[in-house]
Amino acid sequence: MEFEPKTGAEFVCPIPIEQYPAVVMAHGGGGKLTNQLLEKIFLPAFGNAMLDARHDGAHVQLPRDRDRLAFTTDSYVVHPLFFPGGDIGTLAVYGTVNDLAMCGARPLFLSAGFIIEEGLPIDTLCRIVQSMALAAKQAGVQLVTGDTKVVDRGKGDGIFINTAGIGVVESARMISPAGVRPGDSILLSGDIGRHGIAIMAVREELEFESTIASDCAPLSGMVLDLFAAGIDVHCLRDLTRGGLASALVEIADTAHLHFEIDETVIPVLEEVRAACEILGFDPLYVANEGRFIGFIPPGEAERALQRMRSHPLGRRACIIGTVAGDTPGLVTMRSSIGATRIVDMLSGEQLPRIC
Amino acid sequence: MRFIDEYRDARVAQLYARALERITTKSWTIMEVCGGQTHSIVKFGIDELLPPGVTLVHGPGCPVCVTPLELVEKAIEIASIPNVIFCSFGDMLRVPGRSKDLLAVKAAGGDVRIVYSPLDALKLAVENPQREVVFFAVGFETTAPANAMAVFQASVQNVRNFSLLTSHVLVPPALKAILALPDTRVQGFLAAGHVCSVMGYKEYEPIARKHRVPIVVTGFEPLDILQGIYMCIQQLEKGLAVVENQYSRSVRREGNLPAQQIIREVFCIVPRKWRGVGEIPQSGLGLQQKYAVFDAETRFGIAHLTADEPSECISGSILQGIRKPHECPAFGTRCAPEHPLGATMVSSEGACAAYYQYRKRKI
Repeated sequence: MEFEPKTGAEFVCPIPIEQYPAVVMAHGGGGKLTNQLLEKIFLPAFGNAMLDARHDGAHVQLPRDRDRLAFTTDSYVVHPLFFPGGDIGTLAVYGTVNDLAMCGARPLFLSAGFIIEEGLPIDTLCRIVQSMALAAKQAGVQLVTGDTKVVDRGKGDGIFINTAGIGVVESARMISPAGVRPGDSILLSGDIGRHGIAIMAVREELEFESTIASDCAPLSGMVLDLFAAGIDVHCLRDLTRGGLASALVEIADTAHLHFEIDETVIPVLEEVRAACEILGFDPLYVANEGRFIGFIPPGEAERALQRMRSHPLGRRACIIGTVAGDTPGLVTMRSSIGATRIVDMLSGEQLPRIC
Repeated sequence: MRFIDEYRDARVAQLYARALERITTKSWTIMEVCGGQTHSIVKFGIDELLPPGVTLVHGPGCPVCVTPLELVEKAIEIASIPNVIFCSFGDMLRVPGRSKDLLAVKAAGGDVRIVYSPLDALKLAVENPQREVVFFAVGFETTAPANAMAVFQASVQNVRNFSLLTSHVLVPPALKAILALPDTRVQGFLAAGHVCSVMGYKEYEPIARKHRVPIVVTGFEPLDILQGIYMCIQQLEKGLAVVENQYSRSVRREGNLPAQQIIREVFCIVPRKWRGVGEIPQSGLGLQQKYAVFDAETRFGIAHLTADEPSECISGSILQGIRKPHECPAFGTRCAPEHPLGATMVSSEGACAAYYQYRKRKI
């Protein structure tokens, strides 16, 4: 196993269950119960000087020699809350960390907003918070400010989490689709489709012979390695809901360039391929939470690849294609039988087929 | 991956391409019957490997596409009833009705669920005895055995709150209808491998004989399709018209007998409307009299509902191989997956959807 995500599954809840086994409206009321959540669950898990100050916001100190910041936010509404390889807590931390990394930044500080549905077992909340704490530690970020609200039963799906993050930019150039140049190599950090299939399997109670675990992981380490090696990274994008295809199409569209990729080199785990074949899904469009693509000048691509492969999360990194100049906004793929087809964005979700 | 990669081997594909080039001396038009084959062809670019004389036209074998508007309207009507859990295969949810689709019913509060098997819907019915569970039984002969089994089990277990909205269609009557068209271009068929896994291919033999068309039962992977085309062209060049089986790893001449038995137990042959084509006699399956109690149309009193197809959609011509998706003036403009005029643009087996997803920039 290249990366073992840690979750709060084994964590024992510090609030005695007999007292309040589930979240009640008063936990969000700002009174004693809110404080109890804070003192018993959030502060012990995330504890740091900025959070411990218990002020309305956090004062943070940035490294002196860094004057460019990256700032991002994302909301997490996954169902089910727990799945093989992670939970909503790990996603909430890694998702925002990864967005910062894709801006060429070293993630430093996160905020977290919890919208909890009345009736969520306290034990579940504890596990999620503990997962977030472990994920933050793994990613090297501190959770410095937060908020909790409780909504009436039936008005939420257990728990929604929003995180925002600040990081300091470590890349020399501004990383964005505008940086992509004809001739660039397109690198992919690992095999695709694990997260989507892992969620699908749990959500729809599909039973496969082996459990497929989500790929959710922090990508900042591998990205910072590239900068440390002095590689001139032109653009980065983490693969999320729309999968590899949507990420490529979005960038090709914004950069007004033509990307050519090769289907046969894109790594897909055997189990994920099999699940996709059964369901009628194309792995190119299946969600990921721990993979990214990088656009690297051709002369540096090989070195970047080696660097990525030496990171535990990038062992299966590969070059999947190149940037061509003609036909702006187009992604084409050489199919496994040697013909060419267009890769487009999907109009909606992939839905399982009939037969 | 075993049993997949062997059938996607680029080197063998090129060998077939060259062999086809060698044996093709005239122009031939072949129809692949199944929408799954259409998607393979367009997705893998199989038609790009064919010699210029060989033209593929796309057939009616997309169950979602041929389901008439009327039935979609009936589905929407039933799914909107408060106490109903409406279960469907995922593909059907995006098919447009007159003013909305099943996803819109769900968004408005209807309990519409995607299931992977009709038996899952039956399980839901057992678990929710206070609610009515309806399964949208769409499909060709491939899905008929499982749908029949769900009704049979419901009957055996006396599950009274389960019913079927049936829209089952059959392949052979559709082939006959296409061959009877005055302007048909089709000279040979690639029959749908999975349909034949259930039904076998005896019933295709009289069609091949009577209409003098070769029919090759074909699989779905690129090499299956290339080999199917090769076998079909070989027959056409030699002036033969027989049924051959390319998909022998799955299909036997007599088919799957227990599957056929359960179909016969539960269903009988009825006339059916096909989207864009109209009614074809003896072309579908309906519930046998003794299972009529499981008929959702009667249970919810909607059997009388009718709906006319939108006039601008040419999916009827597309499903009969008369025209290709990009020949439609609305293609990619007034009709796209986000705002479809017809089901061929939304189904994962629909020809228009395949052209839109994999080809639209080339057209």
